[in-house]
Formats: sequence, C-alpha cells, structure tokens
Amino acid sequence: MTSVAVDTDVAAYALRLGDDALVLGQRLGEWAAKSPQLEEDVALLNLSLDHLGAARSLLTRAGELDGTGRSEDDLAFLRDEPDWTNALLMELDGGDFGRTMTRQLLVAAYQLPLWQALSSSTDEVIAGVAGKAVKEVAYHLDHARSWVVRLGDGTEESHRRVQAGLDEVWPYAAELFERDELLELLIARGVAADPALLEPQWRETVEDVLAEATLTVPETTWRPTGGRRGAHTTGFGYLLAELQHLHRSHPGASW
Amino acid sequence: MVTTVERVREVLSTVTDPEIPVITIEDLGILRDVQVDGEHVTVTITPTYSGCPAMDEIRADIRTALADQGVDDVEVKMVLSPAWTTDWMSDSGRDKLRAFGIAPPERRPGGPVLVTLGRRPASPACPQCGSRDTEELTRFASTSCKSLWRCLSCREPFDHFKDH
Repeated sequence: MTSVAVDTDVAAYALRLGDDALVLGQRLGEWAAKSPQLEEDVALLNLSLDHLGAARSLLTRAGELDGTGRSEDDLAFLRDEPDWTNALLMELDGGDFGRTMTRQLLVAAYQLPLWQALSSSTDEVIAGVAGKAVKEVAYHLDHARSWVVRLGDGTEESHRRVQAGLDEVWPYAAELFERDELLELLIARGVAADPALLEPQWRETVEDVLAEATLTVPETTWRPTGGRRGAHTTGFGYLLAELQHLHRSHPGASW
Repeated sequence: MVTTVERVREVLSTVTDPEIPVITIEDLGILRDVQVDGEHVTVTITPTYSGCPAMDEIRADIRTALADQGVDDVEVKMVLSPAWTTDWMSDSGRDKLRAFGIAPPERRPGGPVLVTLGRRPASPACPQCGSRDTEELTRFASTSCKSLWRCLSCREPFDHFKDH
C-alpha cells in the first residue's frame, strides 16, 4: 500500500461525508422486509447500498489521511457515539414510510448539488466518490419525489401522515447548511462544497415537490444541531448498537 | 511462458459478471486497464454502482482466472474515476444481454445522464418480442444496475439494464 501524507482536515471532512452516508444507509436498511410493498423493500435497500458504497470509500480515505491507519471497518464498528460526525437528520428514526420518504427528499435534494459540486473537489478520492454518487442520487431524488407527491396528494390519511413526518424532520435540515471553521478552510482549498451555494438549489427543489404534493412547508425557528461535533440524538446509540454489536462481540471474526 | 498484456487480456475475457454470467467484465466496460511489468500484472477495474456487491467477487475471479494460467503476481486495483457509464458497454455485450432476456441500455449521444424530476425513462424494447410497448414496474430491481419492466404486447416481465 502506498503511504499518503497526513491531512487531518481533509480526513475530518471525508469522515463527515462518510458518516452521513453510512448512517443513512443503516436507517434505510432497517426497511428490509418491512416496506409497504416488495418493490419498496428492494428500492430502499438499493438506495442503502449506494450510500454504503460511498461510505466505504470515504471512511477508507478518512483512515488513510488522519494518520491513525484505521480501516473502514475500524471506523464503522469501533467508534463510540461522540466520534461520529454525521448530521442529525441522517440518524433520525425513519418512523413510518411517509416520514422516511420526506427525509429522503430533504437528503437527496441536498446531496444532488453537493455531489455535483464535489465532483470537482481537489481531493481526488472525494471527487471520484462524488462523480459516481451524483448519478445515483438523481435516482434517489426521483424516487423520493414520486412518493412524497403520491402520499401528499393521496388520501386524507396519507396526506396527514406525510405532513406529520415532514414537520418532524424539517428542522434538522438546517444543520446541513451550517458552516464552521473546518469548512471555511476546506472551501478555500477547493476540497469542500460551500453550503451557502447548495441551499438555494435545495430549497427550490424541495419547495417545488412539496407544492406538487399539496404539502405545507413547515415554519420553525428551532434548529437542532451538534452532529458534526459528536452530539447526537437519543436514538443514535441504539442505531450504533445494532450496527456494531456483531463486530464488537466477535473481534476479528470472518466469514 | 512470457506474461504479456495480450495474454492477460485473453485470460480476462473469460471472467464474467457474477450476477449476469453471460457478459464478461470487458463487455460490461468495468475492466479499465491491464499493465504488465515483468511478471507483475496490474488489473484496473471500476464499479458500476458505488455499492456494487459483486466487486469483491470479480476481484477474486480475476485472481483465480490468472492463477489458473500460472500468473500469480497480480494486483487488482479499483478506481472510481472516471465514473463508469453504460456507454462503455460493448455492442457484443448488449447483444448478449438481449439474448439472455435483459433489455440492454440504449446507445445515446455523449454527455452525462440526467435523471430529471418526474421524467419517465424512454421505453426499452422487449427482449422477448421486440415491442416498444413496455412499461416500467419499478426503477429499483434485482441489482442496482437494473430496473424491472413489463411488455404490454407479449405480457412478459423483463429486466432492463438502466442507462447510467
């Protein structure tokens, strides 16, 4: 293996992207055998797999650059809650299918311009991951859109439930567009995407879909945050327990 | 025997996709490069989709096929960039898919595939009867790279290798 110069800033950014992908992939995977239709079982696991694929490359990159020599598995299975840097939106319980679909809409509408921007990142691995992910997330967005419209503009009950799901997840989207010192540094270096440039496109996409779905854009001033600093929601511990228990209970086991 | 790029490529032309065994990794366009330096062989592949679970198996199949021919010093590298596209699929690969019952991706002008909101994909021809009167049942099917369709003429369901 060729050695790579340590760059803890890029490592931390790759980890944020990788943690977002892995945690959302895990949440989507929870729908296995529980979706309202067989086709949706397959669809949600396909989406999960796309996120997992991106996460593997990004976590590997983070481990290469942070100087610790940790593998993708070390990072996925052996970190405790405060060391995870995903946005809180990714870890929220999927709730019912309507809530899962509204989260999918908010995330895909964010990731489409994100991966587009990162396709020209100066970090070649991030750019490579982004170049593949941008094609995949276009499918994710189309999938989320069609379900949010179908449920929102569906029956009274489906409308009520998808609106309730949207109201619950909406406040968490603000964290996706926060800037901190790390981002300032990496935007200047051409590594990271500038969230200020992503938000207008995100808002336009989401508002168009919600209008078509006859749903109301929630109004709130509550902006929960902390995921990037390792402060997570209660449910995240349970997610990690499920993700990690096998690996931790049987260290070094292989198939 | 001397290891040459031609010989390695010939061996690799027997390595097929584990999920679609009628098509080789070369037909699929995921075999990106072969380099030979003395006895050391470097094979470069790229995944179709980021999470394609067949990659580990393909990597192992490449090693096994070469080892069977006495080529043991093999490094299989995976690259993500440039991102794989169905444009790299060979014409013979497309024919093999069709004969296998999978509608191949369409040949189209260059440039990235844009999946626009709410767009219905162009209908692929039914691989059984050739009719264009087909409908999409689900965008996500048995593998990441395929969607599930139904022919409205002969009523047969079929997989479609998605344009990507």
